[in-house]
Amino acid sequence: MKKGVMRPGHVQIRVLDLEEALEHYRDLLGLIEMDRDTQGRVYLKGWTEVDKFSVVLRKADEPGMDFMGFKVLNNEVLSQLESDLTAYGCDVEQISSGELKGCGRRIRFVAPTGHSFELYAEKEQTGKWGLSNVNPEAWPRGLKGMKATRFDHCLLYGPNVEATYQLFRDVLGFDLAEQVVDPEGNRIAAFLTASMKAHDVAFIDCPEPGKFHHASFFLDSWEQVLRAGDLISMTDTSIDIGPTRHGLTHGQTIYFFDPSGNRNEVFCGGDYHYPDHPPVTWKAEDLGKAIFYHDRVLNERFLSVLT
Amino acid sequence: MFTITVESSPTRQSFQISTGDSVLVGSEKCLSNLIPVGCRGGGCGVCKVRVVEGDYSSKCMSKAHICDAQAADGYVLACRVYPLSDMCIELVKR
Repeated sequence: MKKGVMRPGHVQIRVLDLEEALEHYRDLLGLIEMDRDTQGRVYLKGWTEVDKFSVVLRKADEPGMDFMGFKVLNNEVLSQLESDLTAYGCDVEQISSGELKGCGRRIRFVAPTGHSFELYAEKEQTGKWGLSNVNPEAWPRGLKGMKATRFDHCLLYGPNVEATYQLFRDVLGFDLAEQVVDPEGNRIAAFLTASMKAHDVAFIDCPEPGKFHHASFFLDSWEQVLRAGDLISMTDTSIDIGPTRHGLTHGQTIYFFDPSGNRNEVFCGGDYHYPDHPPVTWKAEDLGKAIFYHDRVLNERFLSVLT
Repeated sequence: MFTITVESSPTRQSFQISTGDSVLVGSEKCLSNLIPVGCRGGGCGVCKVRVVEGDYSSKCMSKAHICDAQAADGYVLACRVYPLSDMCIELVKR
């Protein structure tokens, strides 16, 4: 049942070198640089996104994900979810308005998989980049690289996927769109949505907590995914796999790494989910086809290379 | 062009590497498959090796995988290491 969580709003990613990371996220992915703050963090977004930013880069000694944030409908919902999380047994941390420039009050909790998540209700809205909100043109000129349209979701690895799924379902109102189940009936992957998208966040079981598998960005077409592949080669960017299609969600995809080793995905297509839809199930013994629909063989890297 | 010798008992193998390539990318280009390939960005730790001998420059790598003590003992991530001479490295079991 919906609890007022709207969408993925931001992800803060740790990078080893900020300028190298900017060349990657701004010039290759084509995200728009929106702001910087006194901590040295850089704020970016996809051009179709209405809110001011969705990706925050922070220089650190270890790459990975600091946190992922979801925007909720309004401040009443935020307060309600805050008390619901506390009642559920989560430690909820308060982060004051403005700690991220242009973002309102945030609350933060750690899921059983070891990842930090945030909820917030307000963020400055700068509108779609390069377009008016009245009689908008089809797209803005001057986009770079892959012309990524929006931050779409994260895939995260950690233990206690089941407990995390229950928290997201019972407290935050996410639906289980797709799952991977092993022969003993254990859910080893949960693809969760707060919207009609096939996933807003996904979890895969792994013994080490808090691991970052990828942040994903949406493209409009298969042609754009192939073009992204061309750009990855042109720039000698570290590729993981693709272009190919996923079985899970059926999205068309290519995976690659940022200069600090964080994995990125750009993809198009994918299934949709309504709240009355039962979850789609993939068998763990067919995980190869579930992840890489064409090769039908899982590469070790997809399961073990994480930041 | 430098020669990278990989010590991994019982065998000892080597490959040639062009100037400007990291040890990992050099290994990949020679189809040597000697060093496991991960993110190629100093983040995931999969290509950890120990430098036994040789000069190199390096770019920053995740401290989650190479802490200061390990760095002092010659441990590196092969994707972030650029040879300045012939080198001898040994593989590190994960």
